[in-house]
Amino acid sequence: MYRISLFVAAACFVQAAAARDLGDEKRGAEIFARKCASCHQIGAGAVNRVGPLLNGIFDRKAGQVEGFRYSKDMLRQGADGLVWNFENLDVYLENPKALISRTRMNFRGLKDPRDRADVIAYLRRFSANPQDIPEAAPTAFPQEVELDPEILAIEGDPEYGEYLASECLTCHQRSGDDEGIPAITGWPAEDFVIAMHAYKEKKRPHPVMQMMAGRLSNEEIAALAAYFETLEE
Amino acid sequence: MTLNRRKFLGTAAATAAALSAPMVRAQGKPRVVVIGGGAGGATCARYLAKDGKGAIDVTLVEPTRKYYTCFFSNLYLGGFRDFESIGHTYGKLAADYGINVVHDWAVGIDRDARTVTLAGGYTLPYDKLVLSPGIDFIEGSVPGWDISAQNEMPHAYKAGSQTQLLKAQVEAMPEGGTFCLVAPPNPFRCPPGPYERVSMVAHVLKAGNPTAKILVLDPKPKFSKMALFQEGWANHYDGMIEWIGPDFGGDKVEVRPDTMEVVVDGEVTKVDVCNVIPAQRAGKIAAIAGITNDKGWAPVEAFGMQSKMDENIHVLGDSSQQGDMPKSGFSANSQAKVAAMAIRGALLGSKVFPAKYSNTCWSLIDTDDGIKVGASYEATEEKIAKVDGFISKTGESADLRKATYEESVGWYAGITADMFG
Repeated sequence: MYRISLFVAAACFVQAAAARDLGDEKRGAEIFARKCASCHQIGAGAVNRVGPLLNGIFDRKAGQVEGFRYSKDMLRQGADGLVWNFENLDVYLENPKALISRTRMNFRGLKDPRDRADVIAYLRRFSANPQDIPEAAPTAFPQEVELDPEILAIEGDPEYGEYLASECLTCHQRSGDDEGIPAITGWPAEDFVIAMHAYKEKKRPHPVMQMMAGRLSNEEIAALAAYFETLEE
Repeated sequence: MTLNRRKFLGTAAATAAALSAPMVRAQGKPRVVVIGGGAGGATCARYLAKDGKGAIDVTLVEPTRKYYTCFFSNLYLGGFRDFESIGHTYGKLAADYGINVVHDWAVGIDRDARTVTLAGGYTLPYDKLVLSPGIDFIEGSVPGWDISAQNEMPHAYKAGSQTQLLKAQVEAMPEGGTFCLVAPPNPFRCPPGPYERVSMVAHVLKAGNPTAKILVLDPKPKFSKMALFQEGWANHYDGMIEWIGPDFGGDKVEVRPDTMEVVVDGEVTKVDVCNVIPAQRAGKIAAIAGITNDKGWAPVEAFGMQSKMDENIHVLGDSSQQGDMPKSGFSANSQAKVAAMAIRGALLGSKVFPAKYSNTCWSLIDTDDGIKVGASYEATEEKIAKVDGFISKTGESADLRKATYEESVGWYAGITADMFG
């Protein structure tokens, strides 16, 4: 009896895996590093950044990572019972806003089904079931710009940041809602500083942001980062 | 440093409780009256109330109970937005920010006594006055047209019933009929506005009346985003739009609302819809206040948008003459925050940081074909001066144009939240 049930379980697993056409997690790791890692961390030591950490995402209810400020829509989906699995991650990664309309994940999506399958296979490695989170070193978290540690260490003046931020809030909603322009409320200061310097050095392409960042001093960027990090909704 | 709504209400309640009963209305607090509830005035009132944390008595005077934004009103004409989506009320400014919202017309300003008189008869005293009244039209600038002809030939350049009227007229045009737009001379509100409007009307006609024609009569030899619009018109509406600049009489236009005719350099043409956008000046209350120049605009200095004629008055947005910034909702919103900071500094002694200004204007040419132009500015002794800028390029990919349009939708949500709370 014991032996039979094991066999049945194994057969089911093989069948399910085959039907889902598990992707290539090595290739998924490369895509993750290119497309996802500027906002998300995964692996041992991962923490929340612009996006939540992604360890253990499989079989987790949407919007549940402790300490991360989700959009209202994401929380609502979680409350309504959205649990992450292969199918809905595939839909979400194809076009995030199609599944969760006001998600803060400002990502246009992976249009190639193979890319999605590979990334999902990679994500799966870091979920408890069926595998434990490996004890391997964390994925290298790449930085977009080489910043002098002194720049990252500047303590921003949040009062100045509040004034400077009024210029950002013409487009970026204070509430953190994203209706076509990404939310920046609650971003970790370091991510904010790196993103602004990436615009300033024209490594990120957006012309409005290049212009806005281009005339901000290092102290002003630090002030803005300090303000947005602590801004409550 | 941050102030969320709960804390703000808490502060307001504590302040109220500290006053002895019967409650005295804001006695001893500095008073700011803001005239005009658009992108300049509503933003300025909100930032004064929010950052003043209850220490400034803010009154906002705006005649309309529901404000329809000029920006995105062209998208309503094109069928990309419904009318209600561009309408906004002042309830949050009153309830969440404690602003005294008065729906009335300001009809008089006594600069010596520092009072504003309202059409309803009330008088409002002020320590600082903010004028953000937008534009009015210069009478006689288009021969044959005056405000009594605005039903036959709408301007639709102050959004609301005029915009609805123009849309209805476009939809009722006879098959193969002619839509005419008389463009204004510089300077005027929303430099790309008339040309986005032409694009939106073309979009509607292409779908329902494809043999119709559009005639643009323009006193200017060139206009905002000209190459981008002309490329877009050729791509989407080939042969439908005829633009007549001053070389061919676009600057010598007379209209006859009774017979629906336009006369271009002596030649009479019959049209079916005629959108006349006259030459402009500052909203009339600025002239009543006596702070306008011979061109009809209110000159301001660049560090805090203070009137050059009265240090207790700040002028924002379209009605101001400040230097290099275009007359746009984005500019007015940007100027409002600098002015609010300067006013708080003067009234409360709070820190005043260097003025920074910016502007971006998005326009829609056709479905998912958005373009933009923008710049950043700094304050100099002479004027608000341009620092850096950008503009969309001809021949951009469809993906980029779509992203630009989507960005404009996000901006609309952002700026209206920044104005109305």
